[in-house]
Amino acid sequence: MEAFLRTGKLGKEAPSSSKPIASTSGKTRTKPVPWVEKYRPKTIDDVIEQQEVVSVLKKCLSGADLPHFLFYGPPGTGKTSTMIAAAHQLFGDMYKDRILELNASDDRGIQVIRDKTASGFNTEGKPCPPFKIVILDEADSMTHAAQAALRRTMEKETKSTRFCLICNYVSCIIQPLTSRCSKFRFKPLAESTMMTRLQYICQEESVKCDFKALETLVETSGGDMRRAITCLQSCARLKGGDGIVNDDVLEVTGVIPNIWIEKLLHVDSFQVLEKYIEDLILEAYSATQLFDQFHDIVMTSSLNDPQKAIVLEKLAECNARLQDGASEYIQVLDLGTSVIKANKTVV
Amino acid sequence: MSLWVDKYRPNNLQKLDFHCKQAAHLRNLIKEGDFPHLLFYGPSGAGKKTRIMALLKELYGPGVERLRMEHMSFLTPSKKKIDIMTTASNYHIEVNPSDAGMYDRVVVMELIKNVAQTNQLDPAGQRDFKVIILNEIDHLTREAQQALRRTMEKYIATCRLILCANSMSQVIPAIRSRCLCIRIPAPTYEEIVSVLNTICKKEGLTLPAEFAMKLAQQSDRNLRRAILMCEASKVQQYPFQKDQKIVEPDWKIYIRDTAKMILSEQSPKKLLEVRTRLYELLVHSIPVNILFKYLLEGLLANCDSDLKTKSIQLAATFEHRIHKGSKPIFHLEAFVASFMAIYLQFMEDTLIDLF
Repeated sequence: MEAFLRTGKLGKEAPSSSKPIASTSGKTRTKPVPWVEKYRPKTIDDVIEQQEVVSVLKKCLSGADLPHFLFYGPPGTGKTSTMIAAAHQLFGDMYKDRILELNASDDRGIQVIRDKTASGFNTEGKPCPPFKIVILDEADSMTHAAQAALRRTMEKETKSTRFCLICNYVSCIIQPLTSRCSKFRFKPLAESTMMTRLQYICQEESVKCDFKALETLVETSGGDMRRAITCLQSCARLKGGDGIVNDDVLEVTGVIPNIWIEKLLHVDSFQVLEKYIEDLILEAYSATQLFDQFHDIVMTSSLNDPQKAIVLEKLAECNARLQDGASEYIQVLDLGTSVIKANKTVV
Repeated sequence: MSLWVDKYRPNNLQKLDFHCKQAAHLRNLIKEGDFPHLLFYGPSGAGKKTRIMALLKELYGPGVERLRMEHMSFLTPSKKKIDIMTTASNYHIEVNPSDAGMYDRVVVMELIKNVAQTNQLDPAGQRDFKVIILNEIDHLTREAQQALRRTMEKYIATCRLILCANSMSQVIPAIRSRCLCIRIPAPTYEEIVSVLNTICKKEGLTLPAEFAMKLAQQSDRNLRRAILMCEASKVQQYPFQKDQKIVEPDWKIYIRDTAKMILSEQSPKKLLEVRTRLYELLVHSIPVNILFKYLLEGLLANCDSDLKTKSIQLAATFEHRIHKGSKPIFHLEAFVASFMAIYLQFMEDTLIDLF
């Protein structure tokens, strides 16, 4: 907790706190900031795509009251960024005093929430809105007990505090909480908007990048902007001054080359399958990735409907088991045998 | 006198024997004296650790090789004390958080906060950040992985994480998207053979090509195992023969024999015997997933395709349950029992078909 209060939230603020030390040694060096932080939207207007939220927040900026928020959506769609940008605009210099960000890495028991939110404070004569915002990031990993504790707290503290819950899965938030917040769904970003943003970043950072490579980047990220930017930066760092080509992107994102997936689809005997899986695991490709890509390929393959049904049912089962921590080898083997079975039912 | 594995471990990025292109990339990466969080993944014996240490040496100089062991103790919310062994140099600290069992979340959080909250005093002479190496990240509980997410972003100014995992499947996507993932595939047979040749040359030994190939194949593309087996064979018999027998680990033979027992007779009495053997293996801390894999392999060798499908389905179900449940022996036994049942059924069916 204390750490949070001292260092603040954004990565770019931390370097400034250590700067005096660096300068006393007679040499200042600029710390490299991850691009994800550097290119976070600074104002509400910079936020792309999510119109509903943006319009509501804009109203708030022009004086309307702020409701409690519940943001949900897949990772990398700008949930945290939006809220932080809004808070910056709302509070200006007061930002640090008025924002409390708690996430799964912090200790987030019931007590903490009560203590931190309950402490009232004097807001008279200040130019900005008279409340503070508590951002509960990754709220879906909060325990149900802690969520239940929030219910009453939220109502009692409406005068001085607004809550903003951020999560990936809205189903993990208990009903009483969702009914107290205005819910906003964040959509995965469209490919074209991601493309323009990535091109802009490339230009700013003077990175040479193939159009094809960018396309792959957008495709593999599946609407997750953070992932796309991190990948881009990683590629740029790995390659040094050289241009980024398609293969680099594939390597960094961990995508399995299509030839491997095709092989699994056309496997017809057990010996082949066993050898294939041994090799796959030794090449360090991950089974979850394999399942993801395999799913796409099965859907577009030439198999008939009953065959697809057999394979996909097994795929779902194996994927669930894998999530629970089961062994990759056996699960892929299980999937493989059902593919063999499906291939044999052709006739 | 150290083992060959340690003696001939390459200690900088230029000296690596394979994946040279990747090594060049890694050198590019740290040229500016900084790097993002890294996640190395690959099967064991592929050289993950070697690469990590080489990378650190390149970054900090030979100081990283002066290691010391430290005990750290953490207090869980329920006031339980846990001790963890760490290996540390002046620049980095290495932990195996899964040692703490279900309390790994506390270890991860506390450790990173401790390390990250202290700035380097004199950044002119060294790097601005420390490195934390977390091993076996895929064995961390989900909560611990969740706890890592934001911590990783928050403390990026003062510390970098290097994570090390065997398989990516057990790492949550949130962590994957925050790291630069570096895939380290296992070396090919040819690469293993060439490494073995270099080592033998340095030791002044002659290694017949056929024997080297045999070692490589026996090792399952695990370089560490290949070198260890080579050294063991040398102790056993030198000069090497082309068709020298390679010492197999005894637990492998033991599992194979167990599989043979199951195939030879299917009865409650045999099940009891198998049970004691499985217990024996577990007591000697053979990891369950490895045990399961080799047992299945042994059993499958003797089945026709229809039976194979069935037994793999069984295996998948029971292996999954091991991770959900608390005691592996129940599920192992259940698997053996159900395998016996379907095998017996199958044998009877074929007998009826014969007459």
